[in-house]
Amino acid sequence: MSALLEVRGLRTVFHTRAGEVWAVDGVDVEVRRGECLGIVGESGSGKSVTFASVMGLVRSPGRVAEGQIVFEGRDLRALSAREMRAVRGKEIAMTMQDALTALNPALTVGEQIREALEAHDETLPARGQARRAAIRAKSVEMLGLVGIPSAESRLRQYPHEFSGGMRQRIMIAIALACRPKLLIADEPTTALDVTIQAQVLELITDIRARLGMSVVLITHDLGVVAEHCDRVMVMYAGQVVESGPTEDVIASPRHPYTRGLLASIPRPGLRGQPIKPIEGQVPDLIGMPPQCRFYSRCPLRRDACLAPVAMRPAGEGRSARCVLLDEVPA
Amino acid sequence: MSLGKLIERLLQLVPVLLGVTLIVFVMMALTPGDPVQIMIGDQTITPEQEEALRRGLGLDRPIVERFFVFLGNAAQGDFGQSFYHRRPVADVISERLPATIELSLVALIVALVTAIPLGVLAAIRKNSIFDKLATVGSLLGVSLPGFWFGILLIMLFAVQWHILPVSGRIGYASEVPTITGFLLIDTLLHGNLPAFWDAVKHLILPAVTLGLPMTAILMRVTRTSMLEVLRQDYVTFADAKGLSRRRVLFRHALKNALIPTVSVAAIETGSLLGGNMIVETVFGWPGLGRLVVESIFLRNYPLVQAAVLLYAVIYVGLNFFADILYTILNPRVKL
Amino acid sequence: MSMAAATPAAADSIFRRNLASFMGNRLALASAVVVLLFVLMAIFAPLIAPQDPYETDLFRRLQPPAWVEGGEWGYLLGCDALGRDIFSRIIYGARISIFVGLTVIVLATGIGIVAGLAAGYLRGWVDVVISRVVDILLGFPYLIFAIGLMAMMGPGLGNIILALAYKEWVIPARVVRGETLAVRELEYVEAARALGASPRHIMLREILPNILSPVVVVSTIRMANVIILEASLSFLGLGVQPPTASWGSMVSDGRAFILEAWWVSTFPGLAILLLVLAINVASQGLRDAFDPRFHE
Ligand SMILES: Nc1ncnc2c1ncn2[C@@H]1O[C@H](COP(=O)(O)OP(=O)(O)OP(=O)(O)O)[C@@H](O)[C@H]1O
Ligand code: SF4
Ligand SMILES: [Mg+2]
Repeated sequence: MSALLEVRGLRTVFHTRAGEVWAVDGVDVEVRRGECLGIVGESGSGKSVTFASVMGLVRSPGRVAEGQIVFEGRDLRALSAREMRAVRGKEIAMTMQDALTALNPALTVGEQIREALEAHDETLPARGQARRAAIRAKSVEMLGLVGIPSAESRLRQYPHEFSGGMRQRIMIAIALACRPKLLIADEPTTALDVTIQAQVLELITDIRARLGMSVVLITHDLGVVAEHCDRVMVMYAGQVVESGPTEDVIASPRHPYTRGLLASIPRPGLRGQPIKPIEGQVPDLIGMPPQCRFYSRCPLRRDACLAPVAMRPAGEGRSARCVLLDEVPA
Repeated sequence: MSLGKLIERLLQLVPVLLGVTLIVFVMMALTPGDPVQIMIGDQTITPEQEEALRRGLGLDRPIVERFFVFLGNAAQGDFGQSFYHRRPVADVISERLPATIELSLVALIVALVTAIPLGVLAAIRKNSIFDKLATVGSLLGVSLPGFWFGILLIMLFAVQWHILPVSGRIGYASEVPTITGFLLIDTLLHGNLPAFWDAVKHLILPAVTLGLPMTAILMRVTRTSMLEVLRQDYVTFADAKGLSRRRVLFRHALKNALIPTVSVAAIETGSLLGGNMIVETVFGWPGLGRLVVESIFLRNYPLVQAAVLLYAVIYVGLNFFADILYTILNPRVKL
Repeated sequence: MSMAAATPAAADSIFRRNLASFMGNRLALASAVVVLLFVLMAIFAPLIAPQDPYETDLFRRLQPPAWVEGGEWGYLLGCDALGRDIFSRIIYGARISIFVGLTVIVLATGIGIVAGLAAGYLRGWVDVVISRVVDILLGFPYLIFAIGLMAMMGPGLGNIILALAYKEWVIPARVVRGETLAVRELEYVEAARALGASPRHIMLREILPNILSPVVVVSTIRMANVIILEASLSFLGLGVQPPTASWGSMVSDGRAFILEAWWVSTFPGLAILLLVLAINVASQGLRDAFDPRFHE
């Protein structure tokens, strides 16, 4: 079956005073129907910018410079602003990294759900009392789905009247309101305490199964990936360094960076373990030489790594960006 | 906001208003010139008559007592007699007030309806030519001395091009009997459209002059807060929901961006009051501001005293109103 | 983060970086030069002015500017109703505007710093009293307060300065109080306190140097306002008295002749606009460079 979303050679740049920051530099992503794809990587590796690019939400001073973003056979970069708005929220929905700031403080929660429905839901009655009632029923249903009690009365409340965990769920409810085919969940569990983290993730996995949608789960937590994701993609300094089925990647990581990430976590209880920092610093994205980006921190670096390093196949459904793969046959 | 909180905030105004009254009182008590002599003017009266007049005005009492008498009378709307008009100050002021309020309100509306769209546009098209022009325009707006700008407008629109009248509120031919004192309303109530149009024409230049600095300030505030808001996550999230651009800009961004704009507008309306004196003088506008300026030269101190107090009370009231408005607009703030 | 958090030693290098940033802003720099030119013009007025600003000449009554028919190059911007040279009067008028602007701001900033430091550092009843007075003064629209005072004190240069300074100090006082409240609990202030420094020493030596830049920024912005206010009072006839040349009263003089002699009002007003605009642009540049909270 063909991929739902296929991204090829994506490059996104930010024009800053210090120079051009290539936050995403040649990224390929494939999301299949019904699967959950995990994205991991240190802070600043370009996870959020990659998917903001997919959604067409990169703002000045940033710009998607190159690449193809194909969703269900359509190149999203070729769409007009109006056509893109019909995709956002309806076909591809997103939750933001920080739930506390993602809801508009001046609008009631009810309005923030309603407007999403009004923008996309064609099954609603055209106008009048019936339309209002239908929207109301759907809003209540969505809040119920994410486990917000007495939803009916809470529609009138403002975001600040809800706890952090509840706001996270409201954001998910809004994202799911129009039954998107793909949900991009950007760190849906940071800023939540452990029990609520688990609930939110169960919720997403549960809804994914029920609605048959695909999910991209951006996270720092390899345990979350192990538990919820079919495949995983590891990003480093604006590039993908390794991707493959979750179990295989965790069992036998091929890229030294992935190994570093996994080595710092005691197994098998991956769950809830934050990524321990690997020795050294993430390189400055401005004026990066065309070598392997992990070179400065890699324990296995050699001269061959000073040339540009491309992704290589690394076994069944896997690939990685490292010269070592050429030497040790997979 | 609960009623209790509201009352608490209102009570906090009391010391400020008392202090303001005290200052106005002291200001006038220290003003050189004996009110009785000013009242007498060129007339010849006997010392007994003069003494009676003095007693009648309460000027023979100790100053502290006079303050409390003044306070008590002021609270009842009694500000004494206008020397010049020989009528109660309160009557003279209330006759002139509608003209000033009408001018101020129109200036305020002009400022709001130009500043907000321009500020939003400048923010959306940040760094464009339009944005740069708007920045230059707003700097000019706050730097223009109002009295000079008014004269410039008169020289161009009235003297040079004969498009608009030089001064006054309405032409003699268009005058209508007073109902509310607001000419825009009165002319309409009389169904006299030409007179209404005449009143509008008289209003344009003074209102533009009065509203310009406020327009400049509000445009700046709107632009800055709009830029701030457009950076917020909730705007990105609203975009991620696929909402129309109009909805994202006006419902999500503008609603938040207007919170500072509206509070600044309420506070700046207070400075319109000061601008009134200048603009009314330049345009011969028969309002309170011109009356005060004239009264200073006529040494008509009871009127000046009452007017300064009135302005201060309105000003304090506007600032209070700005606070309340802020809490109403901003669901997060609980007083 | 406010500069207030910087230690005294770090403040110096921050100052240098900010100064460099200001110098890099060409428009602001050019405006500062314009302001400087006005100041020089005011100081050296007798040397620059081509004519005696007070000499009346009825043959030159309402003579137009030089480039208009009937004008003379010796009387560049024409003459007023008494035949006095407008250009020379504008040059002399700069003295009033700049003198009032500077004096009021210096006075007000001085008082404001003392009051703000006392309120913010000593707290207690001192704070209550000062804050109350500030609240009450803020209860008056500025121009109306000044007009009331001028009515009381009568016209004159000294009285204008007093009338404006009576209210102006409130603005630096509020800024200083706020900054002081933010700084007073910081480590180095605590350290000075622990070492037994007197409150006076702490306020003037430890706190003041660190909060000075926002105060200076606010004061320069306010100077533009004060100049407009002085011109407004003079326009209303409440300022300096004739025959002293002040821009506001010159504009007012011209009002009677808008039908036949547009230049009498136009040029003095233009001078006000130019100076105020230059101060505004320059101070905005200062603000951008020196007060990081305003960075966009
Ligand atoms: N508005 C911006 N201006 C300039 N650079 C930006 C901007 N947004 C992102 N970047 C750059 O893009 C890089 C990638 O950012 P991104 O938010 O995608 O990281 P991330 O992987 O999501 O990190 P995190 O785990 O912290 O969310 C950052 O290092 C930053 O340098
Ligand atoms: S390419 Fe070289 S430097 Fe890069 S990860 Fe592989 S071994 Fe390390
Ligand atoms: Mg991110």
